[in-house]
Amino acid sequence: MNTKTFSTPQLTGLVLLRVAIGWHFLYEGLIKIASPNWSSYGYLMDSKGFMGSFFHSLAAQDQILHFADLLNMWGLVAIGLSLVIGLFSRPAIIAGIILLAMYYVSHPAFLGLDYALPSEGSYFIINKTFIELLTLYVLFVFPTSKIIGLDRLIFRNSASE
Amino acid sequence: MKRRDLLKGLATLPILGAVGYGVYKKQELDMLSLKSKPEQITLKAYNPIVEKEVPQGKKLKIGIIGTGGRGRAILEGAGFISPEAIDDWKKGALENKNDTRYEEYLEQTDLNIELVAVCDVFDINAEKAIKAGANIYREGSDGKMGKAPVRYRTYQELLANDAIDAVIIATPDHWHGTITIAAAKAGKHVYCEKPMTWTVAETYEVVKAVKENNIAFQLGHQNRQNESYYKAKEAIEKGVLGKVNLIEVTTNRNSPNGAWVYDIHPEANEKTIDWKQFIGPAPDHEFSLERFFRWRCWWDYSTGLSGDLFTHDYDAMNQILKLGIPDSAISSGGIYYYKDGRTVPDVLTSVFEYPNKDLTLLYSASLASNKRRGRSIMGHDAYMEVGGNMKIYVDRGSTKYKEEIKSGKIDPKIPYFAYTPGQGQIDAITSPTQRYFASRGLLHSYHGGKRINTTHLHVKDWLNAIRTNSQPSCNVDRGFEEAITAHMGTIAYREKRKVFWDAEKQVIV
Repeated sequence: MNTKTFSTPQLTGLVLLRVAIGWHFLYEGLIKIASPNWSSYGYLMDSKGFMGSFFHSLAAQDQILHFADLLNMWGLVAIGLSLVIGLFSRPAIIAGIILLAMYYVSHPAFLGLDYALPSEGSYFIINKTFIELLTLYVLFVFPTSKIIGLDRLIFRNSASE
Repeated sequence: MKRRDLLKGLATLPILGAVGYGVYKKQELDMLSLKSKPEQITLKAYNPIVEKEVPQGKKLKIGIIGTGGRGRAILEGAGFISPEAIDDWKKGALENKNDTRYEEYLEQTDLNIELVAVCDVFDINAEKAIKAGANIYREGSDGKMGKAPVRYRTYQELLANDAIDAVIIATPDHWHGTITIAAAKAGKHVYCEKPMTWTVAETYEVVKAVKENNIAFQLGHQNRQNESYYKAKEAIEKGVLGKVNLIEVTTNRNSPNGAWVYDIHPEANEKTIDWKQFIGPAPDHEFSLERFFRWRCWWDYSTGLSGDLFTHDYDAMNQILKLGIPDSAISSGGIYYYKDGRTVPDVLTSVFEYPNKDLTLLYSASLASNKRRGRSIMGHDAYMEVGGNMKIYVDRGSTKYKEEIKSGKIDPKIPYFAYTPGQGQIDAITSPTQRYFASRGLLHSYHGGKRINTTHLHVKDWLNAIRTNSQPSCNVDRGFEEAITAHMGTIAYREKRKVFWDAEKQVIV
């Protein structure tokens, strides 16, 4: 990956973006782990739209629900951590995109779908989950962890310089 | 390794400290708000019936008198369901994997009983119950069947069979007292549908017959088995609500079925219905399919809203608050929507006073509006909404929680406490999202694909009492309180006057 094409302001912007998204994932994950009775049950049950029945069926099966809970808690933490410290950021970004895509299709911002959880704004197709997902895509094509991040130390042989 | 590489490699690491600090502060805040709760509400009460072991060995022999809609539901709870219903459930499960009715039914505990006798005045219903009684392998109409129960034409003949240990009575209201008394005298244990009696006079006789013959009597308020009621009781006893001064219970229905306008079976006629036996203690009337199927609409057979629906709410409140019989009752209402010839009101409001407990119990019912009003127990410090779920909201005028409300530790708009069956408890440290879902009752429906059938638990409670020579949760004393209270509401409506309970003489005046 050519790393020299970023100007300092560009690099600063991209790293800040990466750290900010990482922060968001990490905090969400840690809070879920810290909350004793946290479960994705309510969220899954509130799913609507074309994938609604799929998510309801996940919630209806104890073992699968438990797995979904663990995946959410630790997945969010792992992705968040990876983005913040810049370690294995590429697989983390892909995982993050998949996770966000799941959140989106479970609660798509379509007209006529009314969710239990109130929303602070008005959305049509594009909501904040969708934007975060697109942002991760931008980070995927403009990677920075080999410049600022632990990946720089791990992959330093293969990296230029 | 160059120093510059190391610096750039580790540049964002300190950020973790900031996130960590955030999580730490959040935890601290949550703990603080948890500690701020004066009585640390952790509700430990539970329904002991759920886990109760069913003894193996000799099967109890059961008979059923009255096998209409409610009778069938009790049989289902007892473990006997028509093969056709199983076929439906199986089909449903194939078409929709969220349809877990069959699976749930298979998981229902075997209560170690045998349905040996069926009595109904309508042939079709009797035949259905016989099939259900034989369907002990729970396989459906192409499956293996057990021995079919015997059909009896009259309840007297059924009660004369000494081999029968216990009977389920699910007849129309006008028969409840008469058959319960006869069954008790015949030494049979009784599970009787609510309300306990149709007239005031027979209420005393039922109590006498049950006690003199030492039978286990269970009145059919299956909602007693809701675990949320146990939690509600504990919370109130711990003083979470402060001084309870008003209770509001409601009926909100808006469909012909909800207003007791049931379908008339196409095969029902004078040949398939023993009309004379249906009438029994009721005033004589010529054969009427309407009256047979929609008996709840006429005082001749029914106890109206007060006996049919208010009693469920009353019993719930009696269980939670040990209300007992009120000091007085007034009622008002009318036939305002269903002008179909019925004599019982479709809109009714009754007010019951408990001056010794400093509270009023208000019942308000409409059969022509679905506006959900729920069941609320209002105290000075908090109010509770209780049904399948239980939620407590702190009152913004509370004295007890004044400081916590002021400092923002308690938000009166979101539940202070919520309980949902199958879920962990919701409290101050539960995430706001979770609490929001709980406040909308969304955490209910089918957690883990399981829904516990309260009728099943209520039958189990009764059978346990029979086997241990004790009384179940909704025993005849609770039944007496239920029947008298409901009758007071009805008399106040029909006689257009305030009705009092003379506790000393134990009579309605």
